[in-house]
Amino acid sequence: MDGLFSITAWEKVWTYRSTFLLGLYNTSRMALFALILSLVLGIIFGLMATSGKKYLEVISRVYVEVIQNTPLILQLCFLYYALAFSGKSLGIVVTGIISLGIYHGAYMAEVVRAGIGAIPKGQFEAAESQGFNYVEKMYFIILPQSIKIILPPMVNQIVNLIKNTSCLYIIGGADLISLTYSFVTGATTGGAYAPAYLVSGLLFFIVCFPLSTLASIWENSLKKRELKTAEAVKTISEGVVTK
Amino acid sequence: MSELRGSDTFFLSYTLGYAKRGEIMIKMQNVNKFFGDLHVLKDVNLEVAEGEKLVIIGPSGSGKSTAVRCMNFLEMPTSGNVFINGEELTSKNKTKLVRETTSMVFQQFNLYPHMTVLKNLTLAPMKLHHKSKKEAEELAYHYLDIVGLREKAHVYPTTLSGGQQQRIAIARALCAQTKIILFDEPTSALDPETIQEVLDVMIRLAKENITMVVVTHEMGFARQVADRIVFMADGQIIEEGVPEHFFTNPENDRVKQFLGKIIR
Ligand SMILES: Nc1ncnc2c1ncn2[C@@H]1O[C@H](COP(=O)(O)OP(=O)(O)OP(=O)(O)O)[C@@H](O)[C@H]1O
Ligand SMILES: [Mg+2]
Repeated sequence: MDGLFSITAWEKVWTYRSTFLLGLYNTSRMALFALILSLVLGIIFGLMATSGKKYLEVISRVYVEVIQNTPLILQLCFLYYALAFSGKSLGIVVTGIISLGIYHGAYMAEVVRAGIGAIPKGQFEAAESQGFNYVEKMYFIILPQSIKIILPPMVNQIVNLIKNTSCLYIIGGADLISLTYSFVTGATTGGAYAPAYLVSGLLFFIVCFPLSTLASIWENSLKKRELKTAEAVKTISEGVVTK
Repeated sequence: MSELRGSDTFFLSYTLGYAKRGEIMIKMQNVNKFFGDLHVLKDVNLEVAEGEKLVIIGPSGSGKSTAVRCMNFLEMPTSGNVFINGEELTSKNKTKLVRETTSMVFQQFNLYPHMTVLKNLTLAPMKLHHKSKKEAEELAYHYLDIVGLREKAHVYPTTLSGGQQQRIAIARALCAQTKIILFDEPTSALDPETIQEVLDVMIRLAKENITMVVVTHEMGFARQVADRIVFMADGQIIEEGVPEHFFTNPENDRVKQFLGKIIR
């Protein structure tokens, strides 16, 4: 076993650096497609949840609760093995994209629902009283206001999604974690556990850290602005004259 | 209000419509509204003629807001019918019919905070009434002049005082050039110093042939502007008549009590 300070272990990692880069590439690519799927699902189910139509709300609720209250790994295995046994295997990568997309779609749906729910009822009513139909109302008036609320938690979900590609390890995926694992257990490459996982972790960090930093900066500036607006609204509704 | 004076062209471009004055613009027929078990409107029948200024007064919770909100289907009656300009309002045609006939001014203004004042005013004309940007902006400036806030065209609504926001909201309603404007307590969220500036705009508006339905507690305004006053209590219209009648010899005891309380 080569430890963290073994030169040969680090050399091994360096020699096989393309393995890690390939893993990063696969992870990023999978994350990107899964992200697109999760956004589509999140917007659809988020809109359903705020539609005011009971049956749409129930469908959305069921989706979100089922997905959020079972482990991702289980969903992944279920999809992979269920499809494999029915003879229609989609392959590891596509299975990964679909299950990550569905999983994070449920969280995105909650983010979208909360974002729309934060818009005062009066905005919906003003739009309706002007004669905007549902799509126009959402597009021109509601979503442009929700987007600022939605984006920071959405970026956090993207970070989670990238990290969760590691679950593909369970079905033998080609993501960064899976490749790292093959590397450290491989016949010719094996042994360099500590440096390999450190490098792998560093690659995740390099991608995720800027994103989550962006999200928190965004969130803070949003809170500040919100505070200002809230104060302005409060001053007006309390009937205090501000000069 | 000096800024409101000096516009002889006031509403010059206002569409007066084709219906003869006196034609029925809004008709509520046996309208009932329930919120769960709560019976909020009880068999309400009401007609508003074109160009009429109808003021609705009554105690809190009596169903005034619900009544006006049924006129543009922000609330759907549980039973009964609403007709706008002779056409029955249904859940199917409401978007189109409301767009063409009715605007609303809310207690909380409800301006769109992510748009400048000018965008607030031009959005519906451009997206719903097929006006070019130039036409829509000319219209917007015209009505901004009328409410005396031309210089605020490029600011965001939240930077304005309540009174100014409400005047902008009225300008936004006017930009749709609808025959009907509904007002639900337009001055109730304002501090006393800015109530009058909004009422002044509404008083000028009342000189036009717009059908106005106004829920308000401003009795001075009601007296000055209303063609007819309707008094609601417990979801019913219990008395109606011209302001003269209302303020001098109301018949119903509840009306007397209410007026006694509110006019001090
Ligand atoms: N969306 C709703 N859901 C449940 N109950 C409601 C709803 N809207 C109004 N109500 C109830 O219906 C009744 C009538 O309300 P409405 O707002 O029409 O009264 P109002 O005469 O406008 O009163 P106010 O002067 O306080 O504005 C009240 O008891 C109110 O609580
Ligand atoms: Mg009310």
